Amino acid sequence: MKRLLVANRGEIAVRIVRAARDLGISPVAVYSSADADAPHVRLADAAVEIGPPQATKSYLVIDALVAAAKETGAEGVHPGYGFLAERADFAAAVADAGLTFVGPNARTIELMGDKVRARAAAADAGVPTVPGTPEGVADVDAALAAADDVGYPVMLKAAAGGGGRGIRVVADAGELRTAFPQASREAASAFGDGRMYVERFVRRARHVEVQVLADGEGVVHLYERECSLQRRRQKMVEEAPAPGIDATKREAMTADAVALSSAVGYTSAGTVEFLVDDESGEHFFIEMNTRIQVEHPVTELVTGIDLVAEQLRIAAGEPLRVRQDDVAVRGHAVEFRVVAEDPEAGFRPSPGSVGRVTLPAGPWVRCDTWLEPDSKVSPFYDSLLAKVVVWGEDRATALRRGGRALAEFAVEGVPTTAGFFLELLEEPWFAAGEFTTGTLEEWLAERAQE
Amino acid sequence: MSRHEVVSPIPGVFYRRPDPDSPMFTEEGQTVEADQTICLVEVMKSFHSVPAGAAGTLVEFLVENEDVVDAGQPVAVIEDGG
Repeated sequence: MKRLLVANRGEIAVRIVRAARDLGISPVAVYSSADADAPHVRLADAAVEIGPPQATKSYLVIDALVAAAKETGAEGVHPGYGFLAERADFAAAVADAGLTFVGPNARTIELMGDKVRARAAAADAGVPTVPGTPEGVADVDAALAAADDVGYPVMLKAAAGGGGRGIRVVADAGELRTAFPQASREAASAFGDGRMYVERFVRRARHVEVQVLADGEGVVHLYERECSLQRRRQKMVEEAPAPGIDATKREAMTADAVALSSAVGYTSAGTVEFLVDDESGEHFFIEMNTRIQVEHPVTELVTGIDLVAEQLRIAAGEPLRVRQDDVAVRGHAVEFRVVAEDPEAGFRPSPGSVGRVTLPAGPWVRCDTWLEPDSKVSPFYDSLLAKVVVWGEDRATALRRGGRALAEFAVEGVPTTAGFFLELLEEPWFAAGEFTTGTLEEWLAERAQE
Repeated sequence: MSRHEVVSPIPGVFYRRPDPDSPMFTEEGQTVEADQTICLVEVMKSFHSVPAGAAGTLVEFLVENEDVVDAGQPVAVIEDGG
């Protein structure tokens, strides 16, 4: 591959441009009219304007991206994350145009993008999924039998439903006897189908994901990342390795991630996401992300492997260079996602023009960003300004270094979450690594009261 | 009769329906309540509902669905019958 179209914007476009250059591949950028002055455009060898600011008219227009690749002589297309990265029709359109999609094929993207089929694929590969009935049950006796198999507490979910309607959590058989008929009646009137799924309710869980690399022949894992600290399902802080995961659990989860990826004939970089029950310690497959992740740098810092470069090598048809025995985790890495949101105003998005910008640097600090002095933070795209990623020989050292780096981070003109993370670093539960997916929002609710 | 201009509180993309498969929140000529959502503005992938702000007849939208709007830009006109 000599030329690569980077079908994205922001920090990930800059990241991909750099990986391409490191491999001697010529990067080509695309941009909407709002991004004409963006660094990913300037750093590339060529750039094509693909439309107006709205993503639906630019970064999401498949034909415009394929045409840009063709007209600039690009042989490959890297989708980044977000936008079209997990759209099977984009991967298919790129392949149909005779170009190489940097990612798995359309069939795999489609399979893993379908929750029911992905869950079935995991079960077939012997990977645990959240225990539950594969189909809806229609009456109380069937529900009681299912709940005994699954283990209490259980969640009742409308088989035909969605959007959280009709969901009930029940603690024991007594509660189930009362709740089932009500929930089933509600489901019948809302969806015309009274059948209910009975599923284990995981009260407190960690979100832990395993990074894999695969070339269609072999699969290796690059260990795990901990991503439980979320607000409204948006990750805010990620780290590797995951605190609270012991060697036995790590071995089981990574083996499961490899088993699933092998079973579906996976190619490229991918992430297998698990929920880890904080009480029982069990892990359950949730979904597979068939793309590079925002938080990939923490894995790069602890393994020394450039994930984007490996994606490009695999896409170019090279066999996997990384052998499982060569992958080792050294030290600890943490990523803080600094976004243009106002933590003092309910994390209100805060687009605008920035003035001076001071980015953290120095030993073992990496700042992946698109931000420069006088940048415009556009209302049209997500609010990510920079990923401040730090490495330390152990977790405590990494967190202390994170504090140092975040204190250096300064942007004039728009509120950011950098200072908020300094507060988070003061919290004993964070320092101790004791948290689950609900912890950050609970803390935010308490903080709002003060 | 008084005239009320509905302004976008934030910059972003203006939408007249909750999602591409749903009907419009309201049409020109329809009666609206003050707290009724008449449009959404998307900023940085988060969606903010904009209420009518006054009860009356929505006589006109000043921008098209999916147009770009600035903070403070009028997007619709409401007239009350009083």
